[in-house]
Amino acid sequence: MKVFRLHLLLIVAIMLAFTGTTVFGKDVKDLKAAFVYVGPIGDGGWTYSHDLGRKHLEKMGVTTSYVETVPETDSIRVIRNFARENYDIIFTTSFGYMDTTLKVASEFPKTVFMHCSGFKTAENVGTYFGRIYQAKFLTGIVAGYMTKSNVIGVIGSHPIPEIIRHINAFTLGVRSVNPDAKVKVIWVNAWFDPSKEGAAADSLMDDGADIVSITTDSAAALKAAEKRGKYAIGNDSDMKPYAPSAHLTSAVWNWGVYYEHIAKQVAEGTWKTNKDWWGIKSGVADISSFGDMVPADIRDKVNKKKEEIIAGKSFVFQGPFNKQDGSSAVKEGEKLTDEQIWGIDYFVEGVAGSLPKKNN
Amino acid sequence: METTAIEWIVIVLAASVKMGTPILFGTLGGVISERAGVINLGMEGLMLIGALTSFVVKLYTGSTILAVSAGAFAAGAATSLHALVCISMRASQIASGLALTMFGTGVSGLLGDSLTGKTITPLMDIKIPLLSSIPVIGKIFFIQDALVYLSYISVATIWYLLFYTRVGLNIRSIGEAPAVCDSIGLSVLKYRYAAVIIGGMIVGVGGAYFSIVLTPFWVDNLTAGRGWIAVALVIFAFWHPGKAMFGAYLFGAALSLQLRLQLIDINISPYFLAMFPFILTIVALTIATIRNNKKRIAVMPASLGEAFFRGEKH
Repeated sequence: MKVFRLHLLLIVAIMLAFTGTTVFGKDVKDLKAAFVYVGPIGDGGWTYSHDLGRKHLEKMGVTTSYVETVPETDSIRVIRNFARENYDIIFTTSFGYMDTTLKVASEFPKTVFMHCSGFKTAENVGTYFGRIYQAKFLTGIVAGYMTKSNVIGVIGSHPIPEIIRHINAFTLGVRSVNPDAKVKVIWVNAWFDPSKEGAAADSLMDDGADIVSITTDSAAALKAAEKRGKYAIGNDSDMKPYAPSAHLTSAVWNWGVYYEHIAKQVAEGTWKTNKDWWGIKSGVADISSFGDMVPADIRDKVNKKKEEIIAGKSFVFQGPFNKQDGSSAVKEGEKLTDEQIWGIDYFVEGVAGSLPKKNN
Repeated sequence: METTAIEWIVIVLAASVKMGTPILFGTLGGVISERAGVINLGMEGLMLIGALTSFVVKLYTGSTILAVSAGAFAAGAATSLHALVCISMRASQIASGLALTMFGTGVSGLLGDSLTGKTITPLMDIKIPLLSSIPVIGKIFFIQDALVYLSYISVATIWYLLFYTRVGLNIRSIGEAPAVCDSIGLSVLKYRYAAVIIGGMIVGVGGAYFSIVLTPFWVDNLTAGRGWIAVALVIFAFWHPGKAMFGAYLFGAALSLQLRLQLIDINISPYFLAMFPFILTIVALTIATIRNNKKRIAVMPASLGEAFFRGEKH
């Protein structure tokens, strides 16, 4: 019985493999790509950055379409509609779309689905995310050099591994050039709540911070810093236009590079299910241009570090570094594996602030 | 940078006033409208319309007075639709209010789309001479921006208007018993239209506070749900401008404490702090309701939510 089932699976898999190649040899210009966004394009951050990637495909001649502000509970309908309309690739750009993407993908085996920031895949579902923590590390170096009070504030969105990872990488960057500096964290428990983000920045500055970095979506904190003549670091997209006199740099996404890669693979028929985690080397994650106040020697040092990371000579989570309580996290000469980086659930030394305790 | 406990409290409370001010304007607008018997659930939408309009006017003219007035008028214009639908056409006030919120959210997102990345200079604080030198109180209430001072004046004016003038008595009477007022020759329609539209304009000023003071740029859904807090606060404040002020600052305090307690090593879960103002208001509401029931006082305007039909027999 077991053997029979295995055969059946094989047959289905082969059938899928064949039906999946119907787009074989297409020109990129014949492709149709659809995007499902969790927020409005006007958020100036996460969704905005994905939409820049979509526009990049559009420039290559790909026909694209999108729906913005799709609630996770309603995503199955939106994704299925795109699949019915014979789109070749459907990009679903929020963690919460993971299961609905897989569900629809099982109904439309000919369509390629790409889900962002999740961990489940299938024959026709790939998953992707970017190592923006590398960019966070570099912005941390800028902050470490630029701080005078040695207190740097970070506005945390939600205390989940992704954000803990980003705060840790930022802190490691700060402390790599300024071991005396402290990074203070305030959680706002929201991705997007501009007036609360602004108030959080004010709280941090009242507490001595002279630089505020964000993991949230809006530029409110940058405006708050500008008002007081302090500095700030942006998130997701280049936030310089919002506060040119406060903006040191931003950790930014550049999804166009990756979307181009996937579109070409699908057109050529070489696409296979994948788990991509591209970093600063490919350009998917990067830092934006520096503010005018950042001196040339600091820019050079940051750029040099960037080259080292690209060349694989330097890693963000390489030892030795300690956990927040001073115990060793990674020893000299060792580094965290991708899996460990992905699931990091502790703060590194230098972060002042606590993680909400788990309720079990 | 060490601050004493009192200094810390003063900073927190001053920030609470700022965070509470847009909610206060929203609540005041709701109080006027509901005192005349018309529920307005459209506040979130009106605030967004007010926020966007003020931002655009400030961006292109640089004038705060023009910007705030424009925000108020735009919100007032949108509210007049609500007034038309539920006063003259006697449709459901709940449905019309919800539609107003959806309309405001949608239209502000649509029209504001091209403004991504544009910013204005936020309003600066003004020190009121004498008053700001009062210990503690001065630093909390009298080193604020002009719109905060406008909110103080609004509270006093609306308080006086509602409870110490003929017009106020008429508004409140219409909210209680429109048929009686009609029979003694008051125009229920005129009063209700005026109350709803003026209320909407004040909500619009609350919206302006977001884009002119708190976050001097435009992003979709800038108010992030504060309008709904104002909707709830109208009830929690028992339709009274003074209590609205207290309630708005309580919410402001909870919002700023949520952030600032994290910095002084007091480990209270941020989730607890986020729900804290709601618990506090439910407790306050329960106590006040029990007390009022004992005294047999009904605070809710009796005709709230009901359309008025002239000559209708009950």
